[in-house]
Amino acid sequence: MVENRPLVTFLTHLVLVLGVLAIALPVWITFVASTHDQLRMNQAPLPLWPGNYFLENMKQTLFGSGLSGTETAPVWLMLLNSLAMALMISTGKIAISLLSAFAIVYFKFPFRMGFFWMIFITLMLPVEVRILPTFEVVANLGLLNSYWGLSIPLIASATATFMFRQVFLTVPDELLESARIDGAGPLRFFFDILLPLSRTNIAALFVILFIFGWNQYLWPLLITTDTSMTTIVMSIKQMLEAAEQSPQWNIIMTTALLAMIPPVFVVIAMQKLFVQGLTETDK
Amino acid sequence: MLKRVHFPTSALPYLLVAPQILITLVFFIWPASQAMYQSFLIEDAFGLGTEFVWFENFEILWSDSHYLASFQRTAVFSLLVAGLSMGVALLLAGFAQRVVRGAMFYRTLLIWPYAVAPVLAGALWVFMFNPTLGIFPYFLEFAGITWNHYLNGTQAMALVILAAAWKQVAYNFLFYLAAMQSIPNSVIEAAAIDGAGPARRFWTIIFPLISPTTFFLLVINMVYAFFETFGIIHAVTQGGPGTSTTILVYKVFNDGFVGLDLGGSAAQSVVLMVLVIAMTVVQFRFVERKVAY
Repeated sequence: MVENRPLVTFLTHLVLVLGVLAIALPVWITFVASTHDQLRMNQAPLPLWPGNYFLENMKQTLFGSGLSGTETAPVWLMLLNSLAMALMISTGKIAISLLSAFAIVYFKFPFRMGFFWMIFITLMLPVEVRILPTFEVVANLGLLNSYWGLSIPLIASATATFMFRQVFLTVPDELLESARIDGAGPLRFFFDILLPLSRTNIAALFVILFIFGWNQYLWPLLITTDTSMTTIVMSIKQMLEAAEQSPQWNIIMTTALLAMIPPVFVVIAMQKLFVQGLTETDK
Repeated sequence: MLKRVHFPTSALPYLLVAPQILITLVFFIWPASQAMYQSFLIEDAFGLGTEFVWFENFEILWSDSHYLASFQRTAVFSLLVAGLSMGVALLLAGFAQRVVRGAMFYRTLLIWPYAVAPVLAGALWVFMFNPTLGIFPYFLEFAGITWNHYLNGTQAMALVILAAAWKQVAYNFLFYLAAMQSIPNSVIEAAAIDGAGPARRFWTIIFPLISPTTFFLLVINMVYAFFETFGIIHAVTQGGPGTSTTILVYKVFNDGFVGLDLGGSAAQSVVLMVLVIAMTVVQFRFVERKVAY
């Protein structure tokens, strides 16, 4: 701190606390809603303080039949589907990006720049702008209602490739020279030197991609029609629709809470890596 | 671009890029070219015949008042989302940067909404603004405001903007904080010795120095508002009431999957692609070497 001004310091903490409260308010209300029974949740004004039904709601949401009057998968299965999808997307993306970045940085081969640009173009095409044709491709390959269909189309994106390319470019040439003098082949160099060197970048990217995968909405909504394949994030929408007929806000908000706990936990637990991955990839 | 030293040419590099290239070709290049091709076709409603019509779909789009209105709505929506979330983030980062002890504490409490899916943000806010039960309509009633976003288009728009901005504050906050922390302390100290107070230092030194970050965030936030807010709109308003929250990406989805106007939807996709490419180019030219996710 440059100078000591008690008033400014007070104001600083005041603004920050207010900011934290404003940011946390929606989640507090969600949490409160998940601790009351259905009866209480249908009387205005809604409670602002937790009740005693938290465990009961959790049990009913996780292992019960979900909302009454709608046909959905049990929530524990949705959580499992989301987890599978998020893990497949993050590990798959990291694996193929590491390999292609390695090839592009460390080899000189015909069509290298062609491949580079082909990967580059995908930076510019979010799945939202090519949903219809991508859906057709996945349908033609028979991948609807499968984990592969959920994850593979989202694996192909260039950002991770570009990040690893940046990381590899900062690795000193001398390392490669000495590795080659010692007789190491390309794969040996990749596994014994490059991978350990980019360990933190891989971890940081994993955090970001896990969240990206977990939070996917439009894509799973389109390609899963089988209730046993639904992900928890997409199920929220169906529950909101059902809420218009029979409001069971306690169950809906418990589901919402369950859907946001894993990614939020990952962000908070891996905060340092996450922040590093987000803001410092431009080395 | 390439290491000075590299491995001798062999089949290996092709094997290494193969998975990425294969997936890119199948799930990116092919669908994108299909979208472009489809945008030149008009298909009758029963899928019985198609006709190659060159740019007719685009001409129809540009003379369609609904589309132009949606364009305008998207611009307003994304500017407000970007403005609101960046403004709040700048304010919080400006103060957080002053805190020495407890900085980590505040940062942790401010960044987690990044991990919340947009559609969940929508669900949270729609619950709080539920016209019969929600907390906010209950209190707004005392102020003489009747809240019903199912009927009032402006209120529906305000709700999706709030939800979208709430989620994005965390991201902007992190970038602003990082930018402010990279300003050398000596610059700030020199200004303080010259008698500049905190507010003055912020506007004359810190704010100009972080303007590249501001620009970068503006582009990122526009892209976010254009594309990633689909979940919010879909869950909260379904583009309604009427078409008051139908932004471009929702219209592509609606015309394609619900209205089955494949040519028109594809033409809209192409317009969106051009927009993203333009934004990406701008971003790369002005803020080189910043890669964001």
